[in-house]
Formats: sequence, structure tokens, C-alpha cells
Amino acid sequence: MIFPFGYLRPRSNVRTINIGRTCIFTNANITMTERRHEDMDILSLSAVELGKKIKAGEISAMEATQATLAQIEKEEPRIHGYVTVDAQGALKQAEEIQGKIERGELTGPLAGVPAAIKDNICIKGRLTTCSSKILSNYKPTYTAEAVEHLQDAGAIILGKTNMDEFAMGSTTETSYFGPTMNPHNVGHVPGGSSGGSCAAVAARECYYSLGSDTGGSIRQPSSFCGVVGLKPTYGTVSRYGLVAYGSSLDQIGPITKNVEDCAAVLTAIASWDKKDSTSVKREDYDFMGSLKADVKGLRVGIPADYFTEGLNKEVAEAIRAAANVLKEQGAVVEEFNLSLVKYAIPAYYVIASAEASSNLERFDGVKYGYRAKDYEGLHNMYKKTRSEGFGAEVKRRIMLGSFVLSSGYYDAYYLKALRTKALIKAAFDKAFENYDIILAPAAPTTAPELGKSLGDPLKMYLSDIYTVSVNLAGLPGLSIPVGKDEKGLPIGMQLIGDHFQEKTLLRAAYTYERVTGKEAR
Amino acid sequence: MSKQYETVIGLEVHIELATKTKIFCGCSTEFGGAPNVHTCPVCTGMPGSLPVLNKQVVDHALAIGLATNCHITRVCKFDRKNYFYPDNPQNYQISQLYLPIARDGWVEIETGGVKKKVRIHEMHMEEDAGKLVHDEWDDTSLVDYNRSGVPLVEIVSEPDMRSAEEVIAYLEKLRHIVQYLGASDCKLQEGSMRADVNLSVREIGSDAFGTRTEMKNLNSFKAITHAIEGERERQIELLEEGKQVVQETRRWDDNKESSHAMRSKEDAKDYRYFPEPDLVPVMIDDEWIARVKAREPEFRTAKLARYQKEYGISQVDAEILTESRNMAELFEAATALCKKPKKVANWLMVETMRLMKEHDMEPQDLRFSPENLAGLIEMTDKGTVNSSVAKEVFEHVFLENVDPQAYVKEHGLATVNDEDALRKTLEEVIAANPQAVADYKGGKEKALGALVGQTMKAMKGKANPGRINELLREML
Repeated sequence: MIFPFGYLRPRSNVRTINIGRTCIFTNANITMTERRHEDMDILSLSAVELGKKIKAGEISAMEATQATLAQIEKEEPRIHGYVTVDAQGALKQAEEIQGKIERGELTGPLAGVPAAIKDNICIKGRLTTCSSKILSNYKPTYTAEAVEHLQDAGAIILGKTNMDEFAMGSTTETSYFGPTMNPHNVGHVPGGSSGGSCAAVAARECYYSLGSDTGGSIRQPSSFCGVVGLKPTYGTVSRYGLVAYGSSLDQIGPITKNVEDCAAVLTAIASWDKKDSTSVKREDYDFMGSLKADVKGLRVGIPADYFTEGLNKEVAEAIRAAANVLKEQGAVVEEFNLSLVKYAIPAYYVIASAEASSNLERFDGVKYGYRAKDYEGLHNMYKKTRSEGFGAEVKRRIMLGSFVLSSGYYDAYYLKALRTKALIKAAFDKAFENYDIILAPAAPTTAPELGKSLGDPLKMYLSDIYTVSVNLAGLPGLSIPVGKDEKGLPIGMQLIGDHFQEKTLLRAAYTYERVTGKEAR
Repeated sequence: MSKQYETVIGLEVHIELATKTKIFCGCSTEFGGAPNVHTCPVCTGMPGSLPVLNKQVVDHALAIGLATNCHITRVCKFDRKNYFYPDNPQNYQISQLYLPIARDGWVEIETGGVKKKVRIHEMHMEEDAGKLVHDEWDDTSLVDYNRSGVPLVEIVSEPDMRSAEEVIAYLEKLRHIVQYLGASDCKLQEGSMRADVNLSVREIGSDAFGTRTEMKNLNSFKAITHAIEGERERQIELLEEGKQVVQETRRWDDNKESSHAMRSKEDAKDYRYFPEPDLVPVMIDDEWIARVKAREPEFRTAKLARYQKEYGISQVDAEILTESRNMAELFEAATALCKKPKKVANWLMVETMRLMKEHDMEPQDLRFSPENLAGLIEMTDKGTVNSSVAKEVFEHVFLENVDPQAYVKEHGLATVNDEDALRKTLEEVIAANPQAVADYKGGKEKALGALVGQTMKAMKGKANPGRINELLREML
């Protein structure tokens, strides 16, 4: 195979497929076979509950897949959570997996359960667009490590979910394919960048999904959509096959209806992968054992410096109320000052943009993806391809990142940001000397209205204040629904743990969920 | 020219390391093959792929760093060098800027009997780019990523060289060190060793450096020598005319034997280097260094001195024998067996070199064992075979690594030392060549040679020509 690219004259035979701004169904005519169960019942099950019923022979993987595809067909016009849905492929997988389950070859809790994958995670031969025009025709030649683990666990992959372009954004409005709507109120955004993954779970268009989190991209939309989302400790889930945004910050994580599913999906995808040099070999990869409703003596710290004027009152009250629930269960809850809070946003945007500016250089129209139609010479081809192929937010971050890495500015911005990152990590280390968990909001507000955020990027960046420092410090963070505001929009509580303390987070979240009965159904 | 000028030269040398797989993926580094067959998602820059460092690359780089007296960076890191070009699939090259593996070393060179140290500023590891193929006919360009990700080290010298001769001596020195380490074959023509020349001129006696230019695309020692001489003259001419030398990168054209400006300092790219976030730092501990040091061979400089002292081999011969580690080791092993260093040296420098040339082979291609060479030498010493038979046998040793004793026996090539048989043959030859006999008796010494030849022919070469000569004189 040779990668052809002409640069001496414009080429007319450009290799792109134009796929408009709508969701693609590779098989739009889904014919439903007879259903023995009410779809409502099937769809309201959690992933683990469904897995059990499939194993027990009460529901088949095919039935679950058909029910979910029907739900997708019904909800997508309203939600637009997916970039692509492969109905035919999903039905074929369901048939194969059902056979393996019946033969006893697949016995895990997720076997036969339909799932969705964020569109920046590669699946061989299937469109992986990162919700960008520049990758609108891109089909990877290999499958991401995390997805391979899910496939090994018997997941049925329904499709790829919508996101902010290259995971840059907090609303899923920067997608080339148009925004995703919040299932709780379609006049509002689902958050971002994993907005499609979170909305799909909330709208029961899948049982769970994978998202990626660079500065809050799993936790914030999980909070906005009323689902459980976890960003694992950096190095826990292989990044191999995740299209990089900020390499030193990116982590893939589960988005689920409840805490049990979260533990099950994390158990499936976490691994030590030699293909990812930043992957960490952990002592234990079974997170199911942490599901105990017991927080007696758990030391919970609430950063007082997070509860400032920027935090919405309703959100603040909901978080304090949730903290009280843990306290009533025997946790020791107190406030403290985390410090350095205001430095997290600038440090994050310098580091993430710098890495992004380099990571996105490979999208140049030479090897794959979109290429401008008319150009003269190589440099003109680069310029036109990238000018036409990237959206405004991506361009803004590429320019910001290129600037902070320029000679003469490197020390003043990039190096300073790295030092700030180290200080923030030290502040967390100090906090974890006194607390097992840090309890905080996931976002300062509930989901904003559609169309209200992109006009003021700086304001949008500032809304990441409670999530970005967790990425800078490489810590695990979990978002769990704790209530709704007066408009009916979900509020999420963020639990932050020390490195490798996912089990502590899952235990606290599980306790909260058991006591309050607040689960997405 | 009224003023006297001095040339100041520093080199940036790229060496392709001899690993089986690429620096950041498991693809083969094998040369040739159809375009893009030795590729994978990593070395073609597919989205989501990640680099994993090949430890063998660090091993080789470490060995070179230690052999060139460098300080080893115990915690070394990789950085990204960002620039757009289609041969570079990610549009950044993974290299080292801030914490390269080795720094502050030196090697000693010798020119015209004068020894001198050339300091090494630093050495870093990096990945090679792919290859562009321009199709003039189709008006398009194609890219082949088979070479993308092949490991390189770049060795940057201080501006310590003052002539083309010193530059060549420095390159030869590096080449011998690296080849002896088995870290690369260092072939300039094939691009496994590439040198960029940084050159400036200044008035003799001046401490300040002049403005320098960088010369690229130098594919042979000849090109390097010509480029240095040409650039020195060009710069002096500019200064003599009262003009300025422009800091720029120049490209050498081997056909035109001249260089032209590629880009000036003003166009210099901002590579926006920053630490590669996909790789973790390389920790080099004492144990690793000790392990590499323990594998270090005796280098050429040491061998040169020892061969003269221990074996009584001349400087010139020692230089030939130590040109490659393989040849030197063959020499030492065969000598240890037969204890005849000069004879071993002779076989290697004459017959071996001749056959290598004839078969277009490099020293590293030599396959015959020292035991078989030593065995052949012993057979000639004992007179079991004469010298012309020995040459014939050696050709088979050289090509097929045959056991000379078995080969001689099998083909009946042993010298006939039966005096009676020899006398009988001589009588027949004398009888059959009356004219030659008459000529010899008439004072023509040459005629004796013809008779020896006839006798050798009659005995199918299996006789000792010296003894034939003696017997003939006696009999006539």
C-alpha cells in the first residue's frame, strides 16, 4: 500500500465521503422481530442486571439489542447522541455473543449487554470521526485496547457517540455533526466533551458507554445528564487507540446508570498495556469487591475554596446535602482549604493546548481524513485542509498551544504551567494525608441552555474549575447524581480519590446510591 | 590574499542503529521491500497510536556514549520536534533536546602524526523519517514509511576541527568505534551514517568565531572534502570583498560539485520542542552502564598499538587488519592457533582481500573460521601443500569454510615428497625437452624455469618447486 498525495497540482479525485450533519444509520430499516418483553422493562435494567438476565436465559442478547436499537430510533431525532449507529453489525454481534453465552464461552457480567463508544476511540473498520470534519471519512486500521477488552467481555457495540470536536469543549456543541441535546431537557446541552456518551446512557440508548476525560469530559457531562461517570487514575486504562487530545491528561472511563455498572465496566477495561508506555501496572484490577454500603470512619474533606461566588446556590446545597448523607452513614466530613484553586484553569489550558497543538499535527490531508478539494502545492494543501477541516474551538486551542510552545515563550508559559501542575499535585497529596476522599461539585452550574456557551470561550473554560485539577494531578474522580435543580436538570457530586483509590470512590458512591435510591433508570 | 584564514568546523553526525526493529514499534528495520510493508499504526502516525521505546536503541546509544567518553544522563527524556513534512507521518519527530542521553565527551584523532581531541557536545536518540518518491510523469509524490521510525543517534561535536583532513579523521574514528560496538554499519553511501558540516572562517589569531553555514547532503568522504574546501573559499572570498557571510543552510550538489543556499536563519523553523508526553523518562542506573561497559570490545586504537608490540606487525599492516572488528578478530584467533602472526596477516591482507574484492564482499561478510586458516598455514609450513595449491585450497576455505586437511586429502592435492618418483619424472622431462636442456647448459638460466614448469605440470602441481629446482641443477 502506498499513501498517495499530489502536491504539484490540485487533484480532483479527493478521497473523502461527505457525510452531512446528521446521524448515520448504516442500516436504517431495522425490522423488529416479536418481543416477549416490554421494551420499557428491558431498557430500565442496569447493565449488570441485564447481563444476569441474559445469562439466566430470561432475555436474549438479541432482544436487548433490538430494544436498544428501537430506543435509538425513537430518541435520536430528539437527542442526537450518536455520530454513527451500526444496527446491522450490532445484531450480528448479538447473535454471535448469544451463542458464546449459551456455550458457556462468555460468563462475565457484561456479556450480551449493548454499549456505545465515544467517537474518539478507534474501532477497526468503523468510522472514528472525533466529531470533526477532518476525520469525517476516517476508518481506523486497528481497535483501541479498551474496546478490545469490552469485546472480549462480550459487549455489543451499537455505535459511536457524539462529542465536542477532538474532545475540546464542555457542551458537545463544537461537534461538526451538530450538538447533542440533554435528555432531561432538550433545550439544554448535555455537557461535554463526552456529551453523546452521557446522553445516550441517560436516554437509555445504550446500557453504558465509554467516554474520555482530559479536563472533566466524563465527570461534567455525567453530572449534567444524571449518570455515573468515572475518570480513572492516569495510567489505569490504556490510551492505545484513544485519539489523543492532551496526552498527559487523557483517560478513558466508564459512563453508566449506577455505581455497580461503573465498577463492572472499569473492571473490564482497566489493564496494564505494554503498548501504552504511560500505562501503570496495578496490584488489583477487580473493582467489584468495593461495592459495600459502608462509609463508617471514612474521612471526607470538602474544599471550602470550591464554594465561592461562582458556584450556583442550588448546586452548592445539593452537594452539602449529599455530604450529609455520607455523614449520617458514619463518614467524618469536614471542610478544608485545598489552595491553588484559581491556578488550575490556566495551567490546564496551557498544558492541554500545547499537547493538542502537537497531537493534531498529523491531520494534514496526506495520509487519511479530509483533504481540501482545490489547492496549489503542498503548503497550500496543508493550510486549506486544516482551515476547512478544523472547527473554531479546535483552531483556537491549536493556536494557543502553538503560541505557548514557541521559542521565547516556552519558559514563561509551558514550563510555568508544568511547575503549577506539580504544585497542584502536591496540594492534593497534602490533602490526602488527612482525607480518604475529597467531595466537591462536578460543575459550578447545571447544564446551560443550548447555544449560550460558545460565544464566551473564557467563561466556558472557567466552568471546568472543579474538574481540571484532578487531571493535572492524575487522580481518579467520579461523578454521581445527587439531585436536580428547580428546572429538573441533574446535579452531580464529584468524589476525588488519591492515586489508585478508585475502590474508595466506588464504595462511597455505592453507599450514597443505596441509601438514597438515586439511580438513572 | 593578504590575510591568513583559519577554518572552524563542527559536525552533526547521524548514525542509523543496527536494531532488528524500529525505535518505537515492532516493525522490521530491514532495508528494501515493497513500499509501506514494514509499517504499523505507530510508524505511520495513525490517530490513537502510541510509541513504545525499543531498549536496544538505548543500549547502543549508551555504548557509543561511553566509548566517546561522554557523561551519561541518568534520567534522560524524549522531546517532540514539530514540523510539517509528508515524510514525517505525525508531523513531529520524537527526538531529544532537553535531556539527551550523553553529553560532554571527546574522541582523539590523529592527522599527520599529530594527535588532537575533538570534543563532543552531546548525543541524542531520535527516529528517522520516511522516504518521498516524486513521480515526475504523474506529477505526484508518493511516500514510503518503511524507514519511518528507524532508530538514529545524532552526535554533535564542538567546533574543534580545522581542516577536511581532521573532519575525515574524526568521522573515521566515530565509524570505527560504532562499527566495533556493532551499533551500526556506518555506510555513508547508503545513508546509515550522514554528516552535516558547520563551517566558518576567521583570521588566524582571532578568538571570535565567524558566521557559520551548515552544509547538508554529503554522501561520501570525497563530497565532504570538496564541500569543505569549496565553502572555505566561498566564505573567504566574501570576507575579502568586504561582504558578510550569511548564516544559512546550504545543500551540496554532488553532480555540480557545489552548494547552494536552502534557507537562511530568518526562515529557520521554530520546532516548538516540548517533552514527549507519550513516553516515560529512561532511567539509566550503574548496573545498566556496567553491563554495557562489560561488553565493550578492545577498540581499534588499542589494537593498533598491541599488534605492533605483541606481533611485530607494521603500522600500515595493523591498520589494514583492524579496519573492521571481524577481520581483526579473525586475525587474532588464527594467530592464537598457529602462532604465526605474519603469515596470518599475509593471508588476510593478500588472498582474503583479493577474494573479497572479487566477490564484492565486506569484512563483516567473512564466514570462514580461524581454525581452517590456521590449519592451512600449518600445512604449507610442513610442506604438505605448495603455495599454489594452498591458494587454490584457500579459495574453498574462503567461500565454503572447508576443512583444508580434509579437502586436500579428498582431492589428492598433497605434495609428493617421494624422491624416487620425482627423479623419475625429472628424467622423463629432461629426455623430452632436449632444446631447453641445451639452452640451460648454454647459459640461459631462464630455460630452467621452463623445465620446472614442465615437471610441475607432469606432477599435477603436487610437487615442491624448490626441491625440483635443486634436483634439476644437480641432475644437469
